[in-house]
Amino acid sequence: MARYLLGRLLGLAAVLLVTSFLVFSAVHLAPGDPVSFLLKGHPATPEARAAITAQYHLDQPFLVQYLKWLGNVLNGDFGRSVQFRQDVGPLIGSRLPGTALLIGYAAVLVCVGGVLTGVLAALRPGLVDRVVLIGTGVATATPPFVTAIGLVSLFAVQLGWFPGPGSTGTGLGGRLHQLTLPAVALAVTLAGLLARVTRSAMLDELAREHVEVARSRGVPERVVIRRHVLRGALGPIVTVGGTTLAGLLVSTSIVETAFNVTGVGQLLVQSVTAKDFPVVQAVTLLTVLGFVLVNLAVDLLAPLIDPRVSLTRAGAA
Amino acid sequence: MAPPLLEIDRLTVRLPAGRAARPILDGVSLSVAPGETVGLVGESGSGKSVACRSILGLLPQGARTEGEVRVRGADVLTRDRAALRRLRSRQVAMVFQDPRAAVNPLHRIGDFLTEGLRAAGTPAERATARATELLEAVGIQDPRAALRRHPHEFSGGMLQRVVIAAALAGEPELLIADEPTTALDVTTQAEVIAVLTRLQAERGTGLLFVTHDLELAAAVCDRIHVMYAGRIVETRATDDLFAHPRHPYTAGLLACTPRIDPHAPPPRPVPGRPLSLAEAPPGCAFAPRCAFAEPRCSAEPPELRPHGDGLAACLRADEGILP
Amino acid sequence: MTSLLTRPVRRPLLRRLRLLGNGPLFTAAVLLLGALVLVAVLAPLIAPYDPEALDLRSSLVGTGADHLLGTDQSGRDVLSRLLYGARTGLLGPLLVVGLSTVLGLLVGTLAGWRGGWVDALLSRAFDLVFSVPGLLVAIMFVAVSGPGLTAPVVAMAVAYTPYVGRLVRGLARQEKARPYLESYRVQGWSDWTICTRHLLPNIAPTVLAQSAINFGYALMDLAALSFLGFGVQPPAADWGAMINDGESALQQGAMLPALAPSVCIVLAVVAFGIVGEGIADRLARRER
Repeated sequence: MARYLLGRLLGLAAVLLVTSFLVFSAVHLAPGDPVSFLLKGHPATPEARAAITAQYHLDQPFLVQYLKWLGNVLNGDFGRSVQFRQDVGPLIGSRLPGTALLIGYAAVLVCVGGVLTGVLAALRPGLVDRVVLIGTGVATATPPFVTAIGLVSLFAVQLGWFPGPGSTGTGLGGRLHQLTLPAVALAVTLAGLLARVTRSAMLDELAREHVEVARSRGVPERVVIRRHVLRGALGPIVTVGGTTLAGLLVSTSIVETAFNVTGVGQLLVQSVTAKDFPVVQAVTLLTVLGFVLVNLAVDLLAPLIDPRVSLTRAGAA
Repeated sequence: MAPPLLEIDRLTVRLPAGRAARPILDGVSLSVAPGETVGLVGESGSGKSVACRSILGLLPQGARTEGEVRVRGADVLTRDRAALRRLRSRQVAMVFQDPRAAVNPLHRIGDFLTEGLRAAGTPAERATARATELLEAVGIQDPRAALRRHPHEFSGGMLQRVVIAAALAGEPELLIADEPTTALDVTTQAEVIAVLTRLQAERGTGLLFVTHDLELAAAVCDRIHVMYAGRIVETRATDDLFAHPRHPYTAGLLACTPRIDPHAPPPRPVPGRPLSLAEAPPGCAFAPRCAFAEPRCSAEPPELRPHGDGLAACLRADEGILP
Repeated sequence: MTSLLTRPVRRPLLRRLRLLGNGPLFTAAVLLLGALVLVAVLAPLIAPYDPEALDLRSSLVGTGADHLLGTDQSGRDVLSRLLYGARTGLLGPLLVVGLSTVLGLLVGTLAGWRGGWVDALLSRAFDLVFSVPGLLVAIMFVAVSGPGLTAPVVAMAVAYTPYVGRLVRGLARQEKARPYLESYRVQGWSDWTICTRHLLPNIAPTVLAQSAINFGYALMDLAALSFLGFGVQPPAADWGAMINDGESALQQGAMLPALAPSVCIVLAVVAFGIVGEGIADRLARRER
């Protein structure tokens, strides 16, 4: 187990290293010289050029630049934002809680909504199942920004139940109310996917012999569904659930932009448009880190769910 | 006098498959008395699995039935859910064919063993104590440690012993063994059969032993019912069945079993393949494969009638066509 | 397992993709996609207005004889923009899927056929690309080379390649173990010849089925990117960008400028999904 963990952490570090290298060199791949590129759209005064050159050590050999940058990053110093003229670290930090709340809210909706819908469809074949299949079919084909539009037009503009884009709420209740439409928009596509996976995993389990055996011993149906069917379906549900949650990290940029939510995702989009490269680099790295960590967590959970799985290289690859 | 333990009385089962219902069993009757071991022998498609599952009320969704399945006098097929659960946890228990499929691979053995008891209301500690006793009774070493292991840590034979232990947990009056050794190696088969028969004798439970292997049934059972295409075609005490079978199918089964005796004749296969009731022609289902068939055999399915000391469903049973 | 002698060498593609045997839903989806392609090709001929023509006096006009689907905030005809939007809407995903399929076939066949260190290296490369979400890669590319069609398409093609590559690798390994391919190697045929003449035609339908499904995903991802302003730039007509524009119109009570392209996107993605799964089902049934 320890060996496996070490191996995975090394793999994680390798991915982050390669990503950081690519993220760093991207600046040099851009057309024009790096200094002009980094200053694009902002006054190219000699002081600004000197500041950028110093910040990125552009007068040094490439590899040295990369290593210095990497050193800074590992210390939490991501440089200064060109558009906001602040340190990138605190800039992201101030927006992180908002995004975290949104993603958390959406994650709960995906897990609860998706799994419950899938279970319902599996246990009620016929009309209910048909409706769920069609519903999830449409949901998986509806990207988050389309859902956002639909929600805004119906619930914000027509019905006025929820605030439209760009509003702020006070207190936890207010924030949650404000974040409901964005969270639903984030959740719908992935909830549809999770519902389908849950449904087919449950249907597979329902056909298994040990379910019938439990019934034959007088175990009540509710308990059979819970301890045998659902429990057996957990494996695929958790695996896909993990991937979808990881996907939330990226889709949040789209939803935050659509709803004008002050968060890390919106910051990323603004920074790309404004060519604020230090911010883009930092957010990209952090997102990849989050992505890889979620996948690792899912893999580590696997033996807990299925005791037959052992954490060998072959098993987890 | 107490009502007989098990009585299946002219059970007919039809499955709704698509628009046309598909028949599975036709007028099946058999009985088991306490302490008795009764064999139900049939090949694939004979319907023996559906017959034994019906005793637990485990029929496929939407199946339509005629006739009764009485355990201690009360029909199983009309019981409500609560009564069915009581039947399954206290009166009747089943040993399944493939232990790897029958035991949930994600739960510990202890959970599997105590599941039925806990569902019936036994407190967890007592259930665990009973599980430990049962594991000892079936011959598992170090029962306490075994309780905490998972199924994949056991061999097939050991796991089947666990399944038997679980079946005995509720102290049932009737045990049904559905091909309990088919999924196991031959040497393990003998061990598992020994465990099963010993425990049955100790506790005086009735045993319905379902198998496709006539020789195996002969080793275990007092009385044997032979099934073909959803019907019982012969019922006879074991020795009598082997010495004087009255139905051509039974004779065919006996003749095609290879034997070690150097003086025995070579095995003669029965031409064709076993049918299910849905595929059976009108009249006697075995007629197309029967060496002694006559035109009248295809007119109406023969009734199960007394011939000698047992029953046989053959129009020519008393003509002495079989040696 | 078919024997060495009876295994067919080549199965004509069209016969395997027989369209109308799969049921009304499949047929409807195929027809919808066909209509979409027609619309994209014929847009200049059938669009009533110039999609980029501003007419601020007719801003946010509702449906009517003049404008079948109304106008957007800048007075541009929604229907015309919708029709023209089908062009980038289909071209982008086509490029993404085309590129990723070709690359995936090349790389996957190499990995699955050669095995050994080549396979190990390529599999690690796949794992690396899997570790980074495709949309993020696209955003990075856009940050570097600016918005437009090129950056997103290249980025998404790179992001999708491992999905195709992994599928192809698995199929190649499976097929490689079959006796009929073994016999060609024994006879001395070169790897390249065997792969192109025999391996690829046999795995092509499975790959195509997956690619059809990927088309839908690519459409969604590219539309998301143009929604964010990273794709085709205004005033060009593009469904994702139209939704972005239409959002402010929503606040003023005009639904169509945003909803019309939304419906188009959903319908197109659903249709691609049905077609892809239909092909995959057909193949699965044939194998049995």
